[in-house]
Amino acid sequence: MEMTITSQNFEEEVLKSEKPVLIDFWATWCGPCMRQGPIVEELAAEGYTVGKVNVDEEPGLAQQFQVMSIPTLIIFRDGKEAKRLVGLTPKDTLKALLDA
Amino acid sequence: MEKVIIIGAGPAGISAALYTARGNMEPLIIYNGIGDLEKAEKIENYYGLETPISGRELFERGISQAKALGVRFVKAQVLGITGFDTFTVKTTVGDFDTESVILATGGKRSAPRIPGIREFEGKGVSYCAVCDAFFYRGKEVAVLGNSDFALHEAEELKNVTPSVTIYTNGKEPEFSKEHPIAVNTMKIQAIEGGDRVAGLRLESDVSAQAEGEAQPSFYPAEGVFVALGTAGSTEIARQMGAELTEKGTVKVDDEMATTIPGLFAAGDCTGGLLQVSKAVYEGSMAGISAGKYVRRRRQSS
Repeated sequence: MEMTITSQNFEEEVLKSEKPVLIDFWATWCGPCMRQGPIVEELAAEGYTVGKVNVDEEPGLAQQFQVMSIPTLIIFRDGKEAKRLVGLTPKDTLKALLDA
Repeated sequence: MEKVIIIGAGPAGISAALYTARGNMEPLIIYNGIGDLEKAEKIENYYGLETPISGRELFERGISQAKALGVRFVKAQVLGITGFDTFTVKTTVGDFDTESVILATGGKRSAPRIPGIREFEGKGVSYCAVCDAFFYRGKEVAVLGNSDFALHEAEELKNVTPSVTIYTNGKEPEFSKEHPIAVNTMKIQAIEGGDRVAGLRLESDVSAQAEGEAQPSFYPAEGVFVALGTAGSTEIARQMGAELTEKGTVKVDDEMATTIPGLFAAGDCTGGLLQVSKAVYEGSMAGISAGKYVRRRRQSS
Protein backbone atom coordinates (compact mmCIF):
# COMPACT_ATOMS: atom_id res chain seq x y z
CA MET A 1 0.00 0.00 0.00
CA GLU A 2 1.18 3.47 -0.80
CA MET A 3 1.83 5.79 2.13
CA THR A 4 0.29 9.19 2.68
CA ILE A 5 3.26 11.46 3.24
CA THR A 6 2.95 14.54 5.42
CA SER A 7 5.51 16.93 6.87
CA GLN A 8 5.23 14.86 10.07
CA ASN A 9 6.24 11.49 8.63
CA PHE A 10 8.41 12.71 5.72
CA GLU A 11 11.74 12.32 7.48
CA GLU A 12 10.95 8.92 8.96
CA GLU A 13 9.33 7.35 5.88
CA VAL A 14 11.28 8.99 3.07
CA LEU A 15 14.64 10.36 4.20
CA LYS A 16 15.42 7.44 6.54
CA SER A 17 14.15 4.74 4.20
CA GLU A 18 16.66 2.07 3.28
CA LYS A 19 14.88 1.37 0.01
CA PRO A 20 14.40 3.94 -2.78
CA VAL A 21 11.11 5.80 -2.30
CA LEU A 22 8.90 7.11 -5.08
CA ILE A 23 6.97 10.21 -4.08
CA ASP A 24 3.99 11.38 -6.14
CA PHE A 25 2.98 15.05 -5.66
CA TRP A 26 -0.66 15.33 -6.69
CA ALA A 27 -4.02 17.07 -6.23
CA THR A 28 -7.63 16.10 -6.82
CA TRP A 29 -8.28 18.84 -9.40
CA CYS A 30 -5.51 17.71 -11.71
CA GLY A 31 -6.61 15.30 -14.46
CA PRO A 32 -3.16 13.86 -15.17
CA CYS A 33 -2.62 13.31 -11.40
CA MET A 34 -5.79 11.23 -11.21
CA ARG A 35 -4.38 9.05 -14.01
CA GLN A 36 -0.96 8.89 -12.36
CA GLY A 37 -2.47 7.73 -9.04
CA PRO A 38 -3.44 4.21 -10.09
CA ILE A 39 0.00 3.75 -11.71
CA VAL A 40 1.94 4.48 -8.51
CA GLU A 41 -0.59 2.46 -6.49
CA GLU A 42 0.14 -0.54 -8.72
CA LEU A 43 3.86 -0.08 -8.08
CA ALA A 44 3.16 -0.03 -4.34
CA ALA A 45 1.16 -3.24 -4.69
CA GLU A 46 4.16 -4.80 -6.44
CA GLY A 47 6.32 -4.10 -3.40
CA TYR A 48 7.97 -0.78 -4.26
CA THR A 49 8.06 1.89 -1.57
CA VAL A 50 5.66 4.58 -2.69
CA GLY A 51 4.30 7.68 -1.00
CA LYS A 52 1.80 10.31 -2.09
CA VAL A 53 1.88 13.99 -1.17
CA ASN A 54 -1.38 15.88 -1.58
CA VAL A 55 -0.08 19.36 -2.38
CA ASP A 56 -3.35 20.93 -1.23
CA GLU A 57 -2.92 19.45 2.25
CA GLU A 58 0.88 19.69 2.34
CA PRO A 59 1.81 22.93 0.60
CA GLY A 60 4.95 23.13 2.75
CA LEU A 61 6.41 19.92 1.29
CA ALA A 62 5.56 21.03 -2.23
CA GLN A 63 7.31 24.32 -1.60
CA GLN A 64 10.32 22.69 0.04
CA PHE A 65 10.88 20.58 -3.08
CA GLN A 66 9.99 23.43 -5.43
CA VAL A 67 7.15 21.53 -7.00
CA MET A 68 5.51 23.92 -9.48
CA SER A 69 3.72 21.55 -11.81
CA ILE A 70 1.80 18.39 -11.02
CA PRO A 71 2.08 15.49 -11.22
CA THR A 72 5.72 15.65 -10.13
CA LEU A 73 7.39 12.38 -9.20
CA ILE A 74 10.60 12.30 -7.18
CA ILE A 75 12.66 9.23 -6.38
CA PHE A 76 14.62 9.52 -3.14
CA ARG A 77 17.66 7.35 -2.49
CA ASP A 78 19.60 7.46 0.80
CA GLY A 79 17.66 10.51 1.87
CA LYS A 80 18.46 12.50 -1.26
CA GLU A 81 16.55 13.41 -4.40
CA ALA A 82 17.91 11.07 -7.07
CA LYS A 83 15.50 11.68 -9.95
CA ARG A 84 12.63 14.00 -10.78
CA LEU A 85 9.96 13.56 -13.43
CA VAL A 86 7.35 16.16 -14.30
CA GLY A 87 4.07 15.21 -15.96
CA LEU A 88 2.28 11.89 -16.35
CA THR A 89 4.91 9.15 -16.37
CA PRO A 90 4.30 5.57 -17.51
CA LYS A 91 4.72 2.67 -15.12
CA ASP A 92 7.59 1.07 -17.05
CA THR A 93 9.67 4.25 -16.88
CA LEU A 94 9.17 4.49 -13.11
CA LYS A 95 9.88 0.81 -12.64
CA ALA A 96 13.14 1.00 -14.59
CA LEU A 97 14.27 3.97 -12.49
CA LEU A 98 13.34 2.28 -9.21
CA ASP A 99 15.12 -0.93 -10.25
CA ALA A 100 18.28 0.89 -11.40
CA MET B 1 -25.32 13.13 -23.01
CA GLU B 2 -23.76 12.17 -26.35
CA LYS B 3 -22.52 8.63 -26.94
CA VAL B 4 -19.52 9.72 -28.97
CA ILE B 5 -18.02 13.07 -29.86
CA ILE B 6 -15.46 13.20 -32.65
CA ILE B 7 -13.08 16.15 -32.71
CA GLY B 8 -11.96 16.90 -36.24
CA ALA B 9 -13.60 16.48 -39.65
CA GLY B 10 -10.71 15.27 -41.78
CA PRO B 11 -10.31 11.71 -43.15
CA ALA B 12 -9.88 10.22 -39.66
CA GLY B 13 -12.78 12.10 -38.06
CA ILE B 14 -15.18 11.46 -40.94
CA SER B 15 -14.26 7.76 -41.13
CA ALA B 16 -14.87 7.47 -37.38
CA ALA B 17 -18.23 9.20 -37.91
CA LEU B 18 -19.25 6.83 -40.73
CA TYR B 19 -18.57 3.76 -38.62
CA THR B 20 -20.16 5.12 -35.45
CA ALA B 21 -23.21 6.38 -37.38
CA ARG B 22 -23.69 2.94 -38.95
CA GLY B 23 -23.42 1.49 -35.45
CA ASN B 24 -26.28 3.74 -34.24
CA MET B 25 -23.98 5.79 -32.02
CA GLU B 26 -25.34 9.07 -33.44
CA PRO B 27 -21.93 10.77 -33.49
CA LEU B 28 -21.43 14.52 -33.07
CA ILE B 29 -18.47 16.07 -34.86
CA ILE B 30 -16.87 19.22 -33.46
CA TYR B 31 -14.49 20.77 -35.94
CA ASN B 32 -12.64 23.97 -36.62
CA GLY B 33 -12.06 24.12 -40.38
CA ILE B 34 -9.80 22.18 -42.69
CA GLY B 35 -6.39 21.04 -41.48
CA ASP B 36 -3.37 19.83 -43.40
CA LEU B 37 -5.54 18.57 -46.29
CA GLU B 38 -5.69 22.20 -47.39
CA LYS B 39 -2.02 21.96 -48.31
CA ALA B 40 -2.58 18.94 -50.58
CA GLU B 41 -3.14 20.41 -54.00
CA LYS B 42 -3.73 17.00 -55.51
CA ILE B 43 -4.36 13.64 -53.92
CA GLU B 44 -3.23 11.05 -56.40
CA ASN B 45 -2.05 7.91 -54.68
CA TYR B 46 -5.28 7.03 -52.97
CA TYR B 47 -7.38 3.99 -53.75
CA GLY B 48 -10.02 4.55 -56.41
CA LEU B 49 -9.07 8.09 -57.36
CA GLU B 50 -8.45 7.70 -61.09
CA THR B 51 -8.50 11.46 -61.51
CA PRO B 52 -6.70 13.26 -58.67
CA ILE B 53 -8.75 15.67 -56.56
CA SER B 54 -7.67 18.46 -54.25
CA GLY B 55 -7.38 18.07 -50.50
CA ARG B 56 -10.10 20.65 -50.04
CA GLU B 57 -12.48 18.81 -52.35
CA LEU B 58 -11.85 15.53 -50.54
CA PHE B 59 -12.50 17.29 -47.22
CA GLU B 60 -15.80 18.73 -48.46
CA ARG B 61 -16.89 15.41 -49.98
CA GLY B 62 -16.20 13.73 -46.63
CA ILE B 63 -18.41 16.19 -44.79
CA SER B 64 -21.26 15.78 -47.32
CA GLN B 65 -20.97 12.00 -47.07
CA ALA B 66 -21.23 12.08 -43.27
CA LYS B 67 -24.10 14.60 -43.36
CA ALA B 68 -25.97 12.27 -45.73
CA LEU B 69 -25.78 9.64 -42.98
CA GLY B 70 -27.23 12.05 -40.44
CA VAL B 71 -24.00 12.95 -38.66
CA ARG B 72 -24.31 16.26 -36.79
CA PHE B 73 -21.61 18.94 -37.03
CA VAL B 74 -20.71 21.81 -34.70
CA LYS B 75 -18.14 24.36 -35.82
CA ALA B 76 -16.17 25.47 -32.77
CA GLN B 77 -12.75 25.46 -31.17
CA VAL B 78 -12.24 22.90 -28.45
CA LEU B 79 -10.75 24.48 -25.31
CA GLY B 80 -10.24 21.33 -23.30
CA ILE B 81 -11.90 18.15 -22.05
CA THR B 82 -12.60 17.39 -18.40
CA GLY B 83 -14.10 14.45 -16.56
CA PHE B 84 -13.12 11.02 -15.39
CA ASP B 85 -15.87 8.50 -16.11
CA THR B 86 -17.74 10.49 -18.72
CA PHE B 87 -16.34 13.59 -20.41
CA THR B 88 -17.25 17.24 -20.85
CA VAL B 89 -15.91 18.80 -24.05
CA LYS B 90 -15.49 22.54 -23.51
CA THR B 91 -15.74 24.60 -26.67
CA THR B 92 -16.12 28.19 -27.80
CA VAL B 93 -19.86 27.58 -28.30
CA GLY B 94 -20.54 25.74 -25.05
CA ASP B 95 -20.00 22.46 -23.23
CA PHE B 96 -20.96 18.99 -24.48
CA ASP B 97 -21.22 15.89 -22.28
CA THR B 98 -20.31 12.56 -23.80
CA GLU B 99 -19.56 8.95 -22.95
CA SER B 100 -16.60 8.72 -25.33
CA VAL B 101 -14.35 10.97 -27.39
CA ILE B 102 -12.36 10.37 -30.57
CA LEU B 103 -9.49 12.83 -31.08
CA ALA B 104 -8.86 13.38 -34.79
CA THR B 105 -7.64 16.95 -35.01
CA GLY B 106 -4.82 16.23 -37.41
CA GLY B 107 -1.12 16.87 -37.01
CA LYS B 108 0.55 19.40 -34.82
CA ARG B 109 0.36 22.99 -35.97
CA SER B 110 4.01 23.90 -36.10
CA ALA B 111 4.50 26.14 -33.10
CA PRO B 112 7.68 28.21 -33.17
CA ARG B 113 10.27 26.88 -30.78
CA ILE B 114 10.81 29.36 -28.00
CA PRO B 115 14.15 28.83 -26.21
CA GLY B 116 13.62 27.92 -22.58
CA ILE B 117 10.27 26.11 -22.88
CA ARG B 118 11.78 22.66 -22.58
CA GLU B 119 14.47 23.61 -20.08
CA PHE B 120 12.01 25.13 -17.63
CA GLU B 121 9.32 22.43 -17.81
CA GLY B 122 8.27 21.82 -14.21
CA LYS B 123 10.32 24.85 -13.12
CA GLY B 124 7.75 27.45 -14.02
CA VAL B 125 6.72 26.29 -17.49
CA SER B 126 3.38 24.48 -17.42
CA TYR B 127 0.91 23.07 -19.94
CA CYS B 128 -2.11 22.90 -17.66
CA ALA B 129 -3.57 25.92 -15.90
CA VAL B 130 -6.18 23.84 -14.04
CA CYS B 131 -3.44 21.61 -12.63
CA ASP B 132 -0.85 24.21 -11.69
CA ALA B 133 -2.66 27.51 -11.03
CA PHE B 134 -2.52 26.53 -7.33
CA PHE B 135 1.25 27.16 -7.26
CA TYR B 136 0.92 30.71 -8.53
CA ARG B 137 -1.52 32.31 -6.09
CA GLY B 138 -1.02 36.07 -6.23
CA LYS B 139 2.01 35.73 -8.51
CA GLU B 140 2.84 37.22 -11.88
CA VAL B 141 2.09 34.73 -14.66
CA ALA B 142 2.30 34.67 -18.46
CA VAL B 143 0.21 32.69 -20.94
CA LEU B 144 1.74 32.06 -24.37
CA GLY B 145 -0.73 31.96 -27.26
CA ASN B 146 -3.17 33.98 -29.31
CA SER B 147 -6.36 31.91 -29.58
CA ASP B 148 -9.35 31.12 -27.37
CA PHE B 149 -7.32 28.20 -26.00
CA ALA B 150 -4.84 30.70 -24.49
CA LEU B 151 -7.67 32.93 -23.26
CA HIS B 152 -9.29 29.94 -21.55
CA GLU B 153 -6.02 29.14 -19.76
CA ALA B 154 -5.63 32.82 -18.77
CA GLU B 155 -9.16 32.92 -17.34
CA GLU B 156 -8.39 29.81 -15.30
CA LEU B 157 -5.33 31.58 -13.83
CA LYS B 158 -7.24 34.81 -13.22
CA ASN B 159 -9.15 32.90 -10.50
CA VAL B 160 -6.00 32.74 -8.37
CA THR B 161 -3.91 35.75 -9.34
CA PRO B 162 -4.67 39.22 -10.67
CA SER B 163 -1.41 39.43 -12.64
CA VAL B 164 -2.05 37.49 -15.85
CA THR B 165 -0.69 38.59 -19.22
CA ILE B 166 -1.20 36.85 -22.55
CA TYR B 167 1.87 36.99 -24.83
CA THR B 168 0.99 36.30 -28.48
CA ASN B 169 4.59 36.05 -29.70
CA GLY B 170 4.10 38.44 -32.62
CA LYS B 171 0.74 36.99 -33.68
CA GLU B 172 -2.54 38.84 -33.98
CA PRO B 173 -4.89 38.07 -31.08
CA GLU B 174 -7.78 35.88 -32.26
CA PHE B 175 -10.10 35.91 -29.26
CA SER B 176 -13.79 35.37 -29.97
CA LYS B 177 -14.97 37.44 -27.00
CA GLU B 178 -14.23 40.58 -24.99
CA HIS B 179 -12.02 40.04 -21.95
CA PRO B 180 -10.17 42.12 -19.35
CA ILE B 181 -6.82 40.30 -19.59
CA ALA B 182 -3.68 42.19 -20.63
CA VAL B 183 -2.25 41.20 -24.01
CA ASN B 184 1.30 41.79 -25.27
CA THR B 185 1.85 41.11 -28.98
CA MET B 186 5.63 41.43 -29.13
CA LYS B 187 7.79 38.54 -30.27
CA ILE B 188 9.33 36.37 -27.58
CA GLN B 189 13.07 35.82 -27.74
CA ALA B 190 13.38 33.40 -24.82
CA ILE B 191 12.12 32.32 -21.45
CA GLU B 192 14.79 33.26 -18.94
CA GLY B 193 15.65 32.37 -15.37
CA GLY B 194 18.03 30.50 -13.13
CA ASP B 195 16.76 27.52 -11.12
CA ARG B 196 13.29 28.51 -12.16
CA VAL B 197 11.53 30.86 -14.55
CA ALA B 198 12.14 34.57 -13.93
CA GLY B 199 10.42 36.04 -16.96
CA LEU B 200 10.22 36.56 -20.69
CA ARG B 201 12.75 38.29 -22.91
CA LEU B 202 10.91 40.00 -25.75
CA GLU B 203 12.45 41.23 -28.96
CA SER B 204 13.16 44.91 -28.53
CA ASP B 205 10.96 47.19 -30.55
CA VAL B 206 13.42 48.95 -32.85
CA SER B 207 10.99 51.63 -34.01
CA ALA B 208 10.24 52.67 -30.45
CA GLN B 209 13.94 52.88 -29.65
CA ALA B 210 14.51 55.10 -32.65
CA GLU B 211 12.01 57.50 -31.21
CA GLY B 212 14.05 57.60 -28.04
CA GLU B 213 11.61 55.64 -25.89
CA ALA B 214 13.44 53.15 -23.73
CA GLN B 215 11.38 49.98 -24.14
CA PRO B 216 11.89 47.35 -21.50
CA SER B 217 12.54 43.97 -23.09
CA PHE B 218 12.36 41.81 -19.97
CA TYR B 219 8.96 41.02 -18.49
CA PRO B 220 8.98 39.23 -15.13
CA ALA B 221 6.78 36.15 -14.67
CA GLU B 222 7.09 33.28 -12.22
CA GLY B 223 4.89 31.00 -14.26
CA VAL B 224 4.67 30.55 -18.03
CA PHE B 225 1.65 28.61 -19.31
CA VAL B 226 2.02 27.31 -22.85
CA ALA B 227 -1.15 27.44 -24.98
CA LEU B 228 0.24 28.18 -28.43
CA GLY B 229 -1.99 27.70 -31.47
CA THR B 230 -5.34 26.01 -31.05
CA ALA B 231 -5.78 23.07 -28.70
CA GLY B 232 -4.82 20.06 -30.81
CA SER B 233 -5.11 16.39 -29.87
CA THR B 234 -1.73 16.43 -28.16
CA GLU B 235 -2.57 19.41 -25.96
CA ILE B 236 -6.01 18.01 -25.12
CA ALA B 237 -4.63 14.55 -24.36
CA ARG B 238 -1.82 15.95 -22.23
CA GLN B 239 -4.18 18.03 -20.10
CA MET B 240 -6.48 15.04 -19.63
CA GLY B 241 -3.58 12.85 -18.54
CA ALA B 242 -3.32 10.51 -21.50
CA GLU B 243 0.14 9.19 -22.27
CA LEU B 244 2.02 10.74 -25.16
CA THR B 245 4.82 9.14 -27.17
CA GLU B 246 8.37 10.46 -26.99
CA LYS B 247 7.66 12.31 -30.24
CA GLY B 248 4.75 14.12 -28.60
CA THR B 249 2.00 12.30 -30.49
CA VAL B 250 -0.95 10.65 -28.74
CA LYS B 251 -0.16 7.10 -27.65
CA VAL B 252 -2.70 4.53 -28.87
CA ASP B 253 -2.96 0.75 -28.99
CA ASP B 254 -4.05 -1.42 -31.95
CA GLU B 255 -7.67 -0.49 -31.33
CA MET B 256 -6.89 3.25 -31.29
CA ALA B 257 -7.56 3.44 -27.55
CA THR B 258 -5.46 5.94 -25.60
CA THR B 259 -4.40 5.18 -22.02
CA ILE B 260 -7.67 6.78 -20.81
CA PRO B 261 -10.76 4.53 -21.00
CA GLY B 262 -13.28 6.06 -23.42
CA LEU B 263 -10.75 8.32 -25.14
CA PHE B 264 -9.63 7.28 -28.63
CA ALA B 265 -7.37 8.95 -31.19
CA ALA B 266 -6.89 8.54 -34.95
CA GLY B 267 -5.05 10.05 -37.91
CA ASP B 268 -2.03 12.35 -37.99
CA CYS B 269 -2.25 13.07 -34.24
CA THR B 270 -1.06 9.52 -33.49
CA GLY B 271 2.09 9.98 -35.60
CA GLY B 272 3.45 7.55 -38.19
CA LEU B 273 2.56 7.82 -41.87
CA LEU B 274 0.84 11.15 -42.53
CA GLN B 275 -1.39 9.80 -45.29
CA VAL B 276 -5.12 9.82 -45.97
CA SER B 277 -5.14 6.01 -46.15
CA LYS B 278 -3.70 5.67 -42.66
CA ALA B 279 -6.13 8.27 -41.26
CA VAL B 280 -9.09 6.44 -42.85
CA TYR B 281 -8.02 3.12 -41.34
CA GLU B 282 -7.42 4.56 -37.90
CA GLY B 283 -10.64 6.57 -37.96
CA SER B 284 -12.63 3.46 -38.89
CA MET B 285 -10.95 1.46 -36.15
CA ALA B 286 -11.46 4.22 -33.57
CA GLY B 287 -15.15 4.39 -34.54
CA ILE B 288 -15.58 0.64 -34.10
CA SER B 289 -13.69 0.69 -30.79
CA ALA B 290 -15.64 3.64 -29.40
CA GLY B 291 -18.89 1.85 -30.30
CA LYS B 292 -17.75 -1.30 -28.49
CA TYR B 293 -16.68 0.78 -25.50
CA VAL B 294 -20.02 2.56 -25.17
CA ARG B 295 -22.03 -0.67 -25.53
CA ARG B 296 -19.89 -2.44 -22.91
CA ARG B 297 -20.19 0.53 -20.59
CA ARG B 298 -23.98 0.52 -20.89
CA GLN B 299 -24.24 -3.23 -20.32
CA SER B 300 -22.19 -3.08 -17.14
CA SER B 301 -24.06 -0.14 -15.62
